[in-house]
Amino acid sequence: MQNLDAAFSAMADPTRRAILARLATGEATVMELAKPFEMTQPAVSRHLKVLEGAGLILRRVEGTKRPCRLAPAAISEIDRWLDVLRQALAGNYDRLDDVLATMEPRDGKAAG
Amino acid sequence: MNKLVLNTEGDRHIVATRHFRASPESVYRAHLEPDLIQKWMLGPDGWSMPVCVNDPRPGGRFRYEWTHAKHGGFHITGEFVELVPFRRIVHVERMHLPDPTPDNHVVTTFEKDGAGTLMALCMTLQDAASRAAMLATGMEHGMDDSYARLDALG
Repeated sequence: MQNLDAAFSAMADPTRRAILARLATGEATVMELAKPFEMTQPAVSRHLKVLEGAGLILRRVEGTKRPCRLAPAAISEIDRWLDVLRQALAGNYDRLDDVLATMEPRDGKAAG
Repeated sequence: MNKLVLNTEGDRHIVATRHFRASPESVYRAHLEPDLIQKWMLGPDGWSMPVCVNDPRPGGRFRYEWTHAKHGGFHITGEFVELVPFRRIVHVERMHLPDPTPDNHVVTTFEKDGAGTLMALCMTLQDAASRAAMLATGMEHGMDDSYARLDALG
């Protein structure tokens, strides 16, 4: 990734993360992105500019439209979201170990 | 090792496995009994679960509410689909933030593994965008403070 700080700042905004989530299913135009987010096209365009500047999306020219798609850097960002879920669940299951220990006292015998 | 393994599979799934040093019966019960759930299903530091209501039978509903001193709160609602005592729980859930996220279909199985239990979790979302949205949503609730800190700087 060219500019990690720019990417992190770009990802800090929930609308921009939602736009990336939508683009995970495939290319979309500004008009297609504006609709589900109930935003004006200029507002969406501003978000897209930030994402493009951070190297998270790529745009191509097709007549008067400029469809967007995820850049490889964004795909690795989505992998980072998976790490966050992994950490949250790992914490849960470590606590569950303690709960289980109170349900099944092991009398010092090795188990598992 | 008791380490959690968690990965995406295909476009729509997230799968996880974890070994526990306890019987399938105990691990299963800890997933269904509110007084036990409230002790462990808490996520990142600082969160607690003041409300944990469930009706563990096919078609029965549940509602779990979390709260955090700084981040506020959110809740999950869901329905149980299938319950096979000590072996398998199937449910559907969504987060309310307050708008509901896409339904997450979750199958949890508990299998005897040596003296303990191997738990396997399979989440299925409607499509790749829903899965990405669900993962991104986790960021909203203090699961990753680094974004919030960078945002404050920017």
